[in-house]
Amino acid sequence: MIRDIVCTFCGNACDDIEFEGDYGRNLCPIGEAKFAKKERIKAPMVDGKEVSYEEAIERAAEILKEAKRPLLFGWSSTVNEAIRLGVLLAEKVGGIYDQCSSVCHAPTTLAMIEEGIVGGTLGQAKNRADVVVFWGCNPVEAHPRHPTRYSVMAKGFLTRSRAERRVVVVDVRKTPTAYLATDFYMVEPGSDFMVFTALRSIVNGHEEAVPEEVGGLTKNELKSLAEILLKARYGLIFFGLGVTHSRGHERNVEAVIKLVQDLNRKTRFILQPMRGHFNVVGSGEVAAWEAGFEYAIDFSRGYARFSPGEFTAVEALIRGDCDAAMIVASDPAAHFPKKAVESLKEIPVIQIDPHPNLTTKLADVVIPTAIVGIEAEGTIYRMDGVPLRVKKIRESDYPSDVEILEKILEKVIS
Amino acid sequence: MSVIYIKGGIVVDPTQGIDGEIMDIFVKDGKIVEESGAGKADTVIDAKGMTVVAGGIDIHAHIAGPKINAGRAMRPEDMKYARNKSGPLRCAMGRVLMTCPAIGYEYARMGYTTAIEPATPALYAIHTHEELDSIPMVDKAVLPLFGNWHLTFKFAAEGDIEKMKAFIAWAIERSKGFGVKVVNPGGVEAWKYGRNVHSLDERIPGFEATPAEVLSTLIKASIELNLPHKVHVHCNNLGVPGSAETTAETIKLAEKIGASKDGRESLHITHIQFNAYTGEKWRDMGSGAEELSKLVNRTPVTVDMGQPIFGHTTTMTADGPFEFALHKLFKSKWINKDVEIETGGGIVPITYRAKSPVNAVQWATGLEFGLLVDADKVVISTDYPNGGPFVEYPYIMTLLMSRKFREKEIEEKGVNSYIEKATSLPSLDVERTFYEIVKMTRSTPAKILGLENKGTLKVGADADITIYPFDCRNVSPEDYEVLLKGLRSVAYTIKDGEIVVKDGEIAKEVWGRTFWVNAVKGATQEIIEEDLNEVFRYYTVSRGNYGVREEWIRRPETIAIEE
Ligand SMILES: [Zn+2]
Repeated sequence: MIRDIVCTFCGNACDDIEFEGDYGRNLCPIGEAKFAKKERIKAPMVDGKEVSYEEAIERAAEILKEAKRPLLFGWSSTVNEAIRLGVLLAEKVGGIYDQCSSVCHAPTTLAMIEEGIVGGTLGQAKNRADVVVFWGCNPVEAHPRHPTRYSVMAKGFLTRSRAERRVVVVDVRKTPTAYLATDFYMVEPGSDFMVFTALRSIVNGHEEAVPEEVGGLTKNELKSLAEILLKARYGLIFFGLGVTHSRGHERNVEAVIKLVQDLNRKTRFILQPMRGHFNVVGSGEVAAWEAGFEYAIDFSRGYARFSPGEFTAVEALIRGDCDAAMIVASDPAAHFPKKAVESLKEIPVIQIDPHPNLTTKLADVVIPTAIVGIEAEGTIYRMDGVPLRVKKIRESDYPSDVEILEKILEKVIS
Repeated sequence: MSVIYIKGGIVVDPTQGIDGEIMDIFVKDGKIVEESGAGKADTVIDAKGMTVVAGGIDIHAHIAGPKINAGRAMRPEDMKYARNKSGPLRCAMGRVLMTCPAIGYEYARMGYTTAIEPATPALYAIHTHEELDSIPMVDKAVLPLFGNWHLTFKFAAEGDIEKMKAFIAWAIERSKGFGVKVVNPGGVEAWKYGRNVHSLDERIPGFEATPAEVLSTLIKASIELNLPHKVHVHCNNLGVPGSAETTAETIKLAEKIGASKDGRESLHITHIQFNAYTGEKWRDMGSGAEELSKLVNRTPVTVDMGQPIFGHTTTMTADGPFEFALHKLFKSKWINKDVEIETGGGIVPITYRAKSPVNAVQWATGLEFGLLVDADKVVISTDYPNGGPFVEYPYIMTLLMSRKFREKEIEEKGVNSYIEKATSLPSLDVERTFYEIVKMTRSTPAKILGLENKGTLKVGADADITIYPFDCRNVSPEDYEVLLKGLRSVAYTIKDGEIVVKDGEIAKEVWGRTFWVNAVKGATQEIIEEDLNEVFRYYTVSRGNYGVREEWIRRPETIAIEE
């Protein structure tokens, strides 16, 4: 039996998985699907024809060298060691480095640049928090073991059981997570900014400034919610795409950060974004220490420039700024807006991925690799930044992302 | 590896009592060797008229890990400054905060060859090593944080030195760390309750131990374990009027315990400037440097300056409650991170203004320590990035060497005249000699860290060498401009026997080693097994996933402590 395996699906990065042959213990349903045998890209391909790895790597390096400003996108589902090579590659070819955050938690990063963030590790949910708020996020479906491992039922040293935690859900509909909650507040879509602002007014003693109804909540409901927050010994707000992707975007996140700043003047409170992919945090952190910024980085002038909305993948593609693309461990063809996908179809695309997806269909060069966390090891960062080593638990004939990227980098530099 | 002759340079090496003698130095296979053992030279450096010293050592700079990296992410306005374009070398970014390539290049260009990252949560050690592995040019090491770990409190309350030894050895091995860092002992735990601790004898919330007990047990355990570097402490009450008293009490704890077995000091007080204020309020705040310097000079304690540099920077420390206080004071953006049951931290941007009475006192206080503490006991630092960028070390050296330069800076920068009342700096006529400066940047930090092959030009030492383009015998405090220029423009930096900087520019990118201390033989590990299993019930990572393996590090070098 192999113990302490890290699940490489969501930002939970549960590290207590045990494998006995092909049977994995402690996996949630999504994790089980991740570890189950799935369709693989069989061999490297160039223009739809199977080729050797050497030929595919040669062609990939050629494309990157010839391009004026290639886009290197993806990264959130591979290891830091591969991401580092990706940033170096983007620098050496004068391209753009961007990662999945630019289409999910970018508003969180932008808000953090304005306000910082009051955070903590998931251990604070487990050990300390007696008030846990899920705002615009639904861990029961998106991060299934989050409630049991960390935030709702976990046995901590100060907060020892579910009974000692007040669990609050704020959302636009009654999600499965809402059924776990002590209190549920249903807000109108797109009203998060106003609700956060109203709560700040109450927390700061300016109740009179709050109208009778805000975002679908009565003033009394707002007051009761503020009361719960203020009575916390140690509170924690988890928030998700419901906050970042509704009207207001980074303004919403700024407002909740400010709410948490205010709450820290009365009690202790922290905030944690529910990050999706298992290493989306790493794909920002590695870029920050290598190039100074987390995403939307352009190297076309020989140094790093950061400009969200300009050097983010979707916008750069729609404007037609990129004349080639390398996609690593991601499927933009499935997730990007139509115009951006159309732009991808017009330029040479290199894909590095274990599994076929929609992007495979439009890729000119396809390089299959080992599955990170199953067939290849490396470092990943959990949603709270806690670093973990994912393991190799099965042998495979596929090379790792790191091996492929090292070879491409070598060819690009020489 | 090649053979280098450094011919005819003016050598300064306090470890051998050499003060400006014309000598030849021979380098072979990364080490300093005798002339007879050198063989034929591959490279001869004509060092006539130049000064040859060991490579500089930064004992305390936050250069890697989750804190500086969160700071980078929060401050693109600081990162957008390009120091080097991509080419044969990496693109290097950042004005005060810098990317990993920039940190390595700037140390080398300043003649520094070793740097210590002084504070990582052990939980994040994998991350910190990833960043250290991305810093080229220098040797490095990291100190894991012990001062707010629940197991530390437990063993301190029980006064169990044996268990504390086992725990230190375990945690340093797991984090591939170098020694014991303590930040605001008990205060970071108290912050998780929205509080702080304010004296050494206050009980830590939820535990029986006091900060004094935490410090004393850790110091005793580190001495008994024979760690090369003893306890490295950021004192309680940092950054507030009255902190000088807490620092004095902390020093007295070490005085009571005594020196290390090998006669070296048993406690390092880091960035002492930030913990050296007298007074009760900001309005009557003053410098406690004169008294504290006297105390340091007669006790088994060493210090580094923590010199502030006028201008903007980003503060970052494990001292969560202090960062919250800064956030409230400046209404600025603020990152906080509470880390499991072991530590925490915060980040807040700040600007040091010469005209501000408080900042002026801080500036003067740092310099007082640099002038008043024995050169064998004080190290130059800015507590990067807390006081400012490490690239300003030549500026600090010049301030310490020239009273005239200090007077000029006070005049030109318009340093608030409150320093005349609140500090002794304006009346100090001490001027450090070049020999003393070499101590404070080379031999003294090497001695404090227990790195015997560093900070020296003795035969057998690592060939980490700085060659300055001036004759140190001819520079006078009067010509501070010449001095500053000379210290800023290194002629050569040699790292492990290779020329890595020539005429101030990077000549070659190299990768240094990461030192870590294996002390597990010095304590019975079994005695803490149950305690470890118990605390890991309250972690969100498995014990089996906690820590760093040597093979994950680029160039690890173990310093094994034999029992
Ligand atoms: Zn520090």
